[in-house]
Amino acid sequence: MIKRLINWWDGRFERRFSAVFPPNFNNPHDENSPYALSLSGKLLLEHQLPDDRHTLLENKYLIKIPAITKKHFDYACNRCGNRVQRFFASWPCGCGGACVYCRKCVQMGRVSCCSYLYIWSGQLVGFPRVERACAWEGELSWYQSVASERIVEAVDGQSHLLVWAVCGAGKTEMLFAGLERAFAEGKRVCLATPRADVVRELRPRFESAFPNVSIVARYGGSEEVDEGAQFLLATTHQLLYYARAFDVMIIDEVDAFPYHADPMLPYSTARALKPEATLIYLTATPRLDLRIRSHLNLLPTVFVPQRFHGHPLPVPVFHASFDLKKRNVPKALKTWLIEKKKADRRVLLFAPTIEKAEKLKGEIPGSISAHSEDPDRENKIRRFRQEEVDLLITTTILERGVTFPSIDVAVLDASHDVFDEAALVQIAGRAGRSPEDPDGDVVFFHDGASDAMVNARDSIRKMNKLAEKGGE
Amino acid sequence: MHCLWCDQEIIKDLNWNNLFQLPRNEVLCEGCKEEMHLLKGPACPKCSRETDEGELCHDCERWGEAPLERNLSLYRYNDFLKDVIAKWKYRGDYILVDVFKEDFLKRFKALKISKEAVLVPIPLSEERFAERGFNQSEALARMLPLETANPLRRVYSEKQSKKSRYDRMTTNNPFTIRTSITHPVVLIDDIYTTGRTLQHAAKLLKEAGAPSVMSYTLIRG
Repeated sequence: MIKRLINWWDGRFERRFSAVFPPNFNNPHDENSPYALSLSGKLLLEHQLPDDRHTLLENKYLIKIPAITKKHFDYACNRCGNRVQRFFASWPCGCGGACVYCRKCVQMGRVSCCSYLYIWSGQLVGFPRVERACAWEGELSWYQSVASERIVEAVDGQSHLLVWAVCGAGKTEMLFAGLERAFAEGKRVCLATPRADVVRELRPRFESAFPNVSIVARYGGSEEVDEGAQFLLATTHQLLYYARAFDVMIIDEVDAFPYHADPMLPYSTARALKPEATLIYLTATPRLDLRIRSHLNLLPTVFVPQRFHGHPLPVPVFHASFDLKKRNVPKALKTWLIEKKKADRRVLLFAPTIEKAEKLKGEIPGSISAHSEDPDRENKIRRFRQEEVDLLITTTILERGVTFPSIDVAVLDASHDVFDEAALVQIAGRAGRSPEDPDGDVVFFHDGASDAMVNARDSIRKMNKLAEKGGE
Repeated sequence: MHCLWCDQEIIKDLNWNNLFQLPRNEVLCEGCKEEMHLLKGPACPKCSRETDEGELCHDCERWGEAPLERNLSLYRYNDFLKDVIAKWKYRGDYILVDVFKEDFLKRFKALKISKEAVLVPIPLSEERFAERGFNQSEALARMLPLETANPLRRVYSEKQSKKSRYDRMTTNNPFTIRTSITHPVVLIDDIYTTGRTLQHAAKLLKEAGAPSVMSYTLIRG
């Protein structure tokens, strides 16, 4: 009963889109069209169509669906799935009648009651079957290879899979075998993640692993245009531009903000998938909803409790420091930093807010800060990676997806609300990522430990225990 | 109720002032309201630029006897307003005009402009109008209680905001006029930066017979 309820609930986005665009749409065309490559799988607006749109529409190469539909008294946006009525506003459009547009996705170009969305319905592009696409020649650990096999199975069986792998388990490498299988069958693949930083980080790794596959990276501010690449690396927001495009979808860091908080993103994910597709979630810290599904066997799960180098995760140390609120740089942090400097260790320091990060940067000489409002962020992260600076102060934006080889990690004011359990586990996972230096310090400076801190430490210990057992 | 800009829920304190009143419709939350700086202090009497002691600013001295008699602006330009204007104008989030509604109307009433006057929103070229779907100046004028007239037409040109100061000051008049005018005119626009556009429009209106031309703009850039 509960399982059926959950299944019904999970299918809501798919049903919503199927209502306007039936999934088993029968396409009458078998000849090739020059537009198939650049248009298929996309959700297009009027101005994105080629000039001979009228003939394409007449010949049913393109299907048009209304952008906003009204049911009873409520509007629904078919592009972003929004149904919250306060995000609909009227405007004097000149189309006659009360015209309403969707404010939720207005950043991607305004759609209103009188505008339409277009979906390619001609022949779908056949992507090349790339045999032995993977040029990576590393070796997987035992846990990794188990997960890797499960991923290949999921790609073959067009099923869903949750890969629950600790930070630094080598998730990207586990994907390679599955991706190779997908490319060998000429499938279109998307790897989406909520964070643009992660996309930027992953791109060169996939490019060197799959040199013969066309790869495009899209995120807010990237200049690249997808003219029909076989492998798309994107932020989850970019999926709003796609419909019925992908055979394999991998969502990395599925628990990261804002994916779980914004129904627009799961909606566009459901739409971007073909009716028969593989969906793989990757995360180190699944939220309750995924854990419940995994526990009820609704979502097949593969568990990777060990890092790729086989060493345990560093367990965070709690350090009480009751002058947190009084001083910008508490005494305990100061002594810890001096110690690290003497030992010639590089430090990643997390602050709860942007203002705090800026203040810390002002007080600690030789440090730089990177946060979401910083236009120069990419450059600073690169400088820290290339060891030009020894101390990077940041906020939760760098909590996941980024790898610095050999660092120590500290969290200032770890009991602050922004650091929930998942965030703290992810932060602790930044340390000790290279096999040459598998232990790094993780210190939480706090003025009264929060539940999230204790839970985070417990879950890290649990993982380490599991890894120990399995390794025997 | 949610803030129109940041979508945070607006929760108002209950105090003796509002205990017995019907709740007012708030548009912005307190945090966003604080980001909008009304021009209140001493300012240039001709163009509303903030000056130390309310003296005439350097630019207005250089304009000398110009067709536009004076300009009144509402807000100081800052990053917050830049974002709001960008989303409103370029992304086409029309409803954001409500953010300015209360202040825009209040300040206009305080001006005590004669009932005779007509509002002339600065027009967009046809191409630009087709691109945006609405004219931001018209949206502003629509909130005010006076009659609106559209005697001006605009010929297509580059976006003002993409030009340098020198380019702006040396451009040709982008407007043409269609009818004659007998009433005093209040020009409506969103941003007053160098004043060049408004001066161009004012010049034509004066030539077409308007007894006086002033402008009422949202932001002093």
